[in-house]
Amino acid sequence: MRIGLDVGSTTIKCVVLDDMNNIIYKSYQRHFSKIVESTIELLITLDKDIIKGNKCKLMISGSAGMGMAQANNIPFVQEVYATKRAIGLLDEEIDVAIELGGEDAKILFLKGNMEVRMNGSCAGGTGAFIDQMATLLHCSVDEMNEMSKNANKTYTIASRCGVFAKSDIQPLLNQGATKEDISKSIFYAVVNQTIAGLAQGRLIKGKVLYLGGPLTFISELRNAFDHSLKIKGKLPENSLYFVSMGAANLSKDEGYLQDFVKSLKSYSDTTTFSYILPLFNNNDEYDEFEKRHDNEKVDSADINTYKGNAYLGIDAGSTTIKSVLIDTKGKVLLESYKPNSGNPIPIIKEFLQNLYSNYPNIKIVGSASTGYGEDIIKNAFRLDEGLVETMAHLKAAQAFKPDVDFIIDIGGQDMKCFKIKNNTIDNIFLNEACSSGCGSFLQTFAEALGYDIKDFAKKGILADKPVDLGSRCTVFMNSSVKQAQKDGASIENISAGLSISVVKNAIYKVIRPSSIDALGKNIVVQGGTFYNDAVLRAFENELGINVVRPNIAGLMGAYGAALYVKEKGYTHSNILSLKELENFEHSVSQTNCGLCENHCQLTINRFDNGRKYISGNRCERPITKKIKSRLNMYEYKRNLLMEYKPIKGNRGKIGIPLGLNMYELLPFWHTFFTELGFEVVTSPFSNRDIYLQGQASIPSDTVCFPAKLMHGHIEELIKMNVDTIFYPCMSYNFDENKTDNNYNCPVVAYYPEVIEANMPNIEKVTFIYDYLGLHRKKEFPIKAKQMLDKYFDNINLKDVIKACKKSYEEHDKYLNKVYEKGWEMIEEARKENKPIIVLAGRPYHIDPEISHGIDQLITGFDMAVISEEVIASKVKEKIEVNVLNQWTYHGRLYDAAHYISTQDDMDLVQLVSFGCGVDAITTDECREILEANGKIYTQIKIDEITNLGACKIRLRSLFAANQR
Amino acid sequence: MTKENRVLFTKEMKKTHKILIPNMMDTHFRIMAPIFKAEGYDVELLHNSGSTVVESGLKYVHNDTCYPALLVIGQMIDALNSGKYDLDKVALLITQTGGGCRASNYIHLLRKGLEKAGYSQIPVISLNLSGLENNPGFKLTFKLLRKLLAGVVYGDCIMQLSNQIRPYEITKGETDELVSKMMNMCSDVLNSNKGYKLKEIEHYCNIIVENFNKIKIEKVDKIKVGVVGEIYVKYAPLGNNHLEDFLKSQDVEYYMPGLMGFSIFKVDNRLEDIKLYGGNLFKKIAVGFLYDYLIKLEEVLYNSIKNNSDFIPIGRFEHTKKLVEGIVGYGSKMGEGWLLTAEMLELIEIGYENIICTQPFGCLPNHINGKGMIRKIVTKNPTANIVPIDYDPSATEVNQENRIKLMLAIAQENLENNLKNKDMN
Repeated sequence: MRIGLDVGSTTIKCVVLDDMNNIIYKSYQRHFSKIVESTIELLITLDKDIIKGNKCKLMISGSAGMGMAQANNIPFVQEVYATKRAIGLLDEEIDVAIELGGEDAKILFLKGNMEVRMNGSCAGGTGAFIDQMATLLHCSVDEMNEMSKNANKTYTIASRCGVFAKSDIQPLLNQGATKEDISKSIFYAVVNQTIAGLAQGRLIKGKVLYLGGPLTFISELRNAFDHSLKIKGKLPENSLYFVSMGAANLSKDEGYLQDFVKSLKSYSDTTTFSYILPLFNNNDEYDEFEKRHDNEKVDSADINTYKGNAYLGIDAGSTTIKSVLIDTKGKVLLESYKPNSGNPIPIIKEFLQNLYSNYPNIKIVGSASTGYGEDIIKNAFRLDEGLVETMAHLKAAQAFKPDVDFIIDIGGQDMKCFKIKNNTIDNIFLNEACSSGCGSFLQTFAEALGYDIKDFAKKGILADKPVDLGSRCTVFMNSSVKQAQKDGASIENISAGLSISVVKNAIYKVIRPSSIDALGKNIVVQGGTFYNDAVLRAFENELGINVVRPNIAGLMGAYGAALYVKEKGYTHSNILSLKELENFEHSVSQTNCGLCENHCQLTINRFDNGRKYISGNRCERPITKKIKSRLNMYEYKRNLLMEYKPIKGNRGKIGIPLGLNMYELLPFWHTFFTELGFEVVTSPFSNRDIYLQGQASIPSDTVCFPAKLMHGHIEELIKMNVDTIFYPCMSYNFDENKTDNNYNCPVVAYYPEVIEANMPNIEKVTFIYDYLGLHRKKEFPIKAKQMLDKYFDNINLKDVIKACKKSYEEHDKYLNKVYEKGWEMIEEARKENKPIIVLAGRPYHIDPEISHGIDQLITGFDMAVISEEVIASKVKEKIEVNVLNQWTYHGRLYDAAHYISTQDDMDLVQLVSFGCGVDAITTDECREILEANGKIYTQIKIDEITNLGACKIRLRSLFAANQR
Repeated sequence: MTKENRVLFTKEMKKTHKILIPNMMDTHFRIMAPIFKAEGYDVELLHNSGSTVVESGLKYVHNDTCYPALLVIGQMIDALNSGKYDLDKVALLITQTGGGCRASNYIHLLRKGLEKAGYSQIPVISLNLSGLENNPGFKLTFKLLRKLLAGVVYGDCIMQLSNQIRPYEITKGETDELVSKMMNMCSDVLNSNKGYKLKEIEHYCNIIVENFNKIKIEKVDKIKVGVVGEIYVKYAPLGNNHLEDFLKSQDVEYYMPGLMGFSIFKVDNRLEDIKLYGGNLFKKIAVGFLYDYLIKLEEVLYNSIKNNSDFIPIGRFEHTKKLVEGIVGYGSKMGEGWLLTAEMLELIEIGYENIICTQPFGCLPNHINGKGMIRKIVTKNPTANIVPIDYDPSATEVNQENRIKLMLAIAQENLENNLKNKDMN
């Protein structure tokens, strides 16, 4: 008999085959990370019930089984290979198999050129991801599947990793989107992730098999695959067991199970994971620590005896809702901390109703909301004020420590840190979506391991050897933890390791202080995550100083909001009364805004008597109906580019994809080819559809979003029936004589190579992707002529020279127009006393799909938006920077930062694409230039999806800091 | 601190300071480090590793920067932290390529890191061919350059031969013993101001080949794996989680293209630039001279192995370059550029169809020439079995090894099928 064990990240699957490959036994069980123990148990059962002590063959497979198998000399086979073998046992020929597991996603192309793809270091789009999402929605995966059947629409959700998706889903939930729609959207996100991440240009067609847990249990996920791939995939019998079947089939050497069990038992005693110093050396240290923090208490008053005025603060966070009621002296009367369960409205309603009916002697005279759900709560319950959460936290922290100079707040989803100087917020650090795991990560992990978060965290406090898990994106920690488990780390040590990781993430990923002293001496820590003593201790250890953790650490936002409205001196609140609450109704509908090309998906919340609140909008237009701001260079540049329209010529159509560097070179190339008699057509500005069209042929899933979009633009041009597409490789950009070299970044420089090598449809057109150098104005016409001769007949050198001359002129003309208009806008903004935001990025950041309407978001705040090259044009000489200033576009950023640091009414907001390696250098340098001159640096990271909520926090905090 | 007032490595410092060099390729660097000694520099090759290196990197370098930068800078700062060195009498040396890749900024990231760590007094020497930064106390003279290049040749020679012999040696450990012996011979020779002229190089290469020829081997069929990738993670055990050790444990033969090809590639880029965009004739002649010299060196190494042994000699640059024609353009030069793609094709050509393409997570040029070209390579060579592996501080060994194991499982099947076919014929 042959036994195959598939030891995965969460489960063990076992199959016993007879000599005819019939399954005579199979089992599927969760191992709760007790991998070795579970395996031993399973083998003992098998030996007793099935094998009956006889000789048999055993083969282990699965990522979590590898180390165990190796150490015990048990034959091991890689799991994808095992799957392939199992498929080979089927009666029918299969073209493609898609297998999703706990943390793995795989596609096997079996026909022709056999290829196997599996996900890399990212666990997005897998079973663990779906589990995480179910946790977020407070339902089971089965329920998600059922709900999905009743969905009406799908939202775009980033599936690249769980953390990204969370930050997309949370705002949707907070804005009132239905769980039905979100469930379906999650399944489509998984599909997109699998296709984008794994197919890499190879079409999934023919006979397709669905394998693994998620695809077995979730029918709607299969439907989503069917629908997206336009196929009808098949869920085979034993779809959970293909790996173990393959392993059993591949097993070779005979042996006794007792021997394996014996070996495994002695193995489970050895530990080999790498560990760090314990949090506490002994119980006494812990007692001392507890005592110290017990003193950090807010004053409170007895609500049962209190009569009179009170102020209410509500912090509608991403996963929890916090409310605090204070009296006129600022003492806390009542506090509440609840999970928001995806919809905060009924929770607040209930809270208010209880408050009114239980304490009739209390009169709310001021109310304010803050946090993610600030707007919807404020509108729903007619609160008096709303304030950005950073301000709320500052208020609260100052109540504990007036001289506070640094606040760190780690909540469920997000991490906020700010330095305080002169009583104002000096510098803000928000976690970018990629590391926002924080508290909810700990929670999800606790649950996955079968523990309550509180018990789980406690376990870590006295751990002797905390696992060293590093400090990167928390999603990656999944596999680190897996490895530690494999190596026999105890739950205690894993728990401590995770807490330490969260802290390291906060310090080294988000705050990144130049030295620990730079943080400050008077530090207040807040947010629910700091209730976890292990996290708190890890933080103190890492910093080497003691910090203050208020006993209401999780309520500080709400407390701050209450203090804020109290300070405002309110004597009467508009908040809904008990009677109004009785009739309170809330309904949600969806529509698309038609006011501009963004077509934002609007969620319209209606409350009882026709009051409504719109969310999902990027700008204020659907609400205020105001016309677009004139002071927006992004808009101006887009309009300017639109003026380069096709002009009929005698040489046929030539297509130019509007993306990456073409955003600035279009005037040049349009003129060049038009002059030579071509009709130059360009792809339109990007949109979601364009992205999806090209998604399947992207070979590297970690390349930046602007590059990924190019695939869609090429597809778009092919659809437009062009004969030729022109998209040259360019190592060098124009030399603006202000940088040490004039390179493009490697992706901009060579992306045409990727297009040519990976897009099957490119064969339908003549694709010109030669290497060209516009920086050599003298030689360029000759080189251009040589290039043209390769593709076209009768190109005349004189004409080329003339076209070149005109093109260089047009390029200058275009830039000058931009500069002039930009400074005109700056003048105008100054006249009207409007603050000026320099939204600094690259030329392609004006693409509406890339910048997600952030420009309009800013003009919505009644500010002017200027682009980086406008400001850089004022800097005439080379400026001194601490990096090798060798990329033309990036040099402009330093110039802009340099100039802005001398201007009181200007602020720089840098747009950074995820995955942009070069910006790891530019962001630090721009920050240093600005901070050296006392300016605040703000960065917004953007991706295929952007959490505009986080953008708003950053921008509003910047404005709030400036207003002081 | 701005670029203008960076700490210079002065002539006095040459006498007083110890220069620390990060390790990338053990064989090569151990041959090359003593060369500096012969020129009057007190150098030390860094061997510190472990979690404190990564931690120092994470602490002092922007975490989104590429992994090699993080490791190299982490290794240096970790060394300074160790207390082993007199901080007023130590300098650091780092290479600077000057290309359009982020790597050209390592030196600046290093300086930023040093400042953060409180080591801003420590001079950093840029080793480059582009005239990027000068130091009065450090000169890359033509003679020093020639010696370093000789070191590259010896390193490549020893690496290529030992990798082809080790899996088949009859007496375990014999190959590695010889590697040490040959390394010592080469560094001794260079240290005594010899062994860097073409004739001498030929002589010592022949000695190396002869010595390796003497090792008794048993030729059995083993999986043959090629390793390409970003230069640091390809070679440095610190960068690739000891990939070579892992491959050894899997009982496969592996081949890593040498450093010579990369050196010629960087010079050739300048000629290609002139060809593509136009340029200065004088520059063309000067670069052409260097190019010819490197090709001659390569020829010496090639012939030495070819004429004196049955081993696969190193790939020759001009041949490797030709292989990539029509796949990716010669203008694609940042990082490892087209050479990375070309090396995969070369490996397939010489029988190493199973390829590990190593890259730092999010490596920009490798989006193009690594992952970006695999589809095209596999379409042309259907039996090619390529796995790209990402390395970064949090990528776990278990995931990386699992992916490599998949590649090896397919390789094993292909190997068995080939053997079957052979038997049938």
